[in-house]
Amino acid sequence: MKYTGNVLKYGDNVDTDVIIPARYLNTSDHKELASHCMEDIDKTFVSRVQQGDIITAGQNFGCGSSREHAPIAIKASGVSLVIAKSFARIFYRNAINIGLAIVECPEAADNISEGDKVEADMDNGIIRNLTTGQEFKAAPFPDFVQKIIENGGLMESIAKGII
Amino acid sequence: MGMTMTQKILAAHAGLDSVETGQLILANLDLVLGNDITSPVAIKEFAKLNKDGVFDKDKVTMVMDHFAPNKDIKAAEQCKMCREFCGANDVTHFYDVGEMGIEHALLPEKGLVSAGFCVIGADSHTCTYGAVGAFSTGVGSTDMACGMAIGKAWFKVPSAIRFNLTGKLNKYVSGKDVILHIIGKIGVDGALYKSMEFGGEGLSSLSMDDRLCIANMAIEAGAKNGIFEVDDITLDYLKAHNAAEPVIYKADEDAVYDEIIDIDLSAIEPTVAFPHLPENARTFSEIGDIKIDQVIIGSCTNGRLEDLQQAAEILKGRKCAKGVRVIIIPATQQIYLDAMEQGLLKIFIESGAVVSTPTCGPCLGGHMGILAAGERAVATTNRNFVGRMGHVESEIYLASPATAAASAITGKITSPWEVMSK
Repeated sequence: MKYTGNVLKYGDNVDTDVIIPARYLNTSDHKELASHCMEDIDKTFVSRVQQGDIITAGQNFGCGSSREHAPIAIKASGVSLVIAKSFARIFYRNAINIGLAIVECPEAADNISEGDKVEADMDNGIIRNLTTGQEFKAAPFPDFVQKIIENGGLMESIAKGII
Repeated sequence: MGMTMTQKILAAHAGLDSVETGQLILANLDLVLGNDITSPVAIKEFAKLNKDGVFDKDKVTMVMDHFAPNKDIKAAEQCKMCREFCGANDVTHFYDVGEMGIEHALLPEKGLVSAGFCVIGADSHTCTYGAVGAFSTGVGSTDMACGMAIGKAWFKVPSAIRFNLTGKLNKYVSGKDVILHIIGKIGVDGALYKSMEFGGEGLSSLSMDDRLCIANMAIEAGAKNGIFEVDDITLDYLKAHNAAEPVIYKADEDAVYDEIIDIDLSAIEPTVAFPHLPENARTFSEIGDIKIDQVIIGSCTNGRLEDLQQAAEILKGRKCAKGVRVIIIPATQQIYLDAMEQGLLKIFIESGAVVSTPTCGPCLGGHMGILAAGERAVATTNRNFVGRMGHVESEIYLASPATAAASAITGKITSPWEVMSK
């Protein structure tokens, strides 16, 4: 699977309260959640984000609450991939379970700038910064996780009898 | 190679003799939890499977606590969806207004969790039940849906940090100060993907309410779970709450830990976490005059009876500072009733505080005490992220019930030692 998009860059410890503030958790409607995505950290996100864009971030992305509304809001915003130095563990499994592509790659997170155009090939873990020409290598997913993603998420995997 | 407590519980629930760090397993679950915010997403996912019902009607529980009593029409619709799902699936442990409490105070109180259990909950503070010697971890709604459907969840077996506790806590210092101290030491990702295992001779001086508070905030260090060794205090608690027969897992003598950290409980002082991360822990020699607008005493972290008793001891015969709004939220109906019978509610109201029905409410900026721009709160809750309790320009200082009560009296962030020495 290949992802290409422009980068929106954030720092360390981006928590799920700023990704989707709790005041909007009285709904689980994907479009409505997307309309408030990143609102408490970046009020311009919703107006700037384009289909296919890539988020890069520092350490512990998605820390805090277990709200699946956070990866849902990001995915429904059109973001195709999140690259971070590390992810908080609940966010990590939520993203896998709902089929939002994420990857840990500290070198890429450090060396990609806001607005750069990036291409990521998740089959071989190669991330290319098309703006600067730099290339980074991320560790591929474990087979079990890859299987969940390939089948469209956790529930789809159960429905197909894979789990 | 020896296994940690967590690894032993996971191995047993995956039907394996042993597991090792990093191994992916599918484990059987003893309990699957959701609340009024996370369950609606899980219910929609569950519907995709066209299953006749949940895997075990006694092992699924839903608690209406976050935006309940319903704060608005949308919140009411979400609770209605949960109510109807639990009705249709004959779910035994559905807790609505009247019976409900904050989930992580309620489940141990109802005896729904026991030592040796493997529990998932679609709420990050599900790690609370590690206090009774269970493996318990927060997950998302899709994991909850999977758990409700097949009674299993996938896990990557975590490594562990061992915390050896020694000594005894000083007066007006509690579990909250211990966990804020620890998070201040290791950071908000200091235990990322790992298990935090608590043991040692200092355990005997920690009450169950202290342990529940400490395990509750393991997630604030990024941990997969927090877990306490089982001792007589645990067993007495489980028996008193009619929990299932405990299964005691002990870490192997040769268990391998990423790190072993010694914590001398007698050296811990009242501790406050400054905005906007729980790792910004400070003791009072590093805290100047910080004026506050609001105090919250409650939440799944600190809304238990001992928390209210400590606050009441400090508020008794004193008045909350003018201009400070003090909101006290007993975490369950039983705690509310006990607090009433012990005269705590009278002390609170006479001091100028208000007492609310159980709800997560202000902790996550839901309702019952939202902050305006520029306002500051001292809260016994668990997160002080940007905008967590209201406006993005408001500030939350995390503290113990004793520190929160002392601060309510002076109107600025104050050590309980200072107020009680007068």
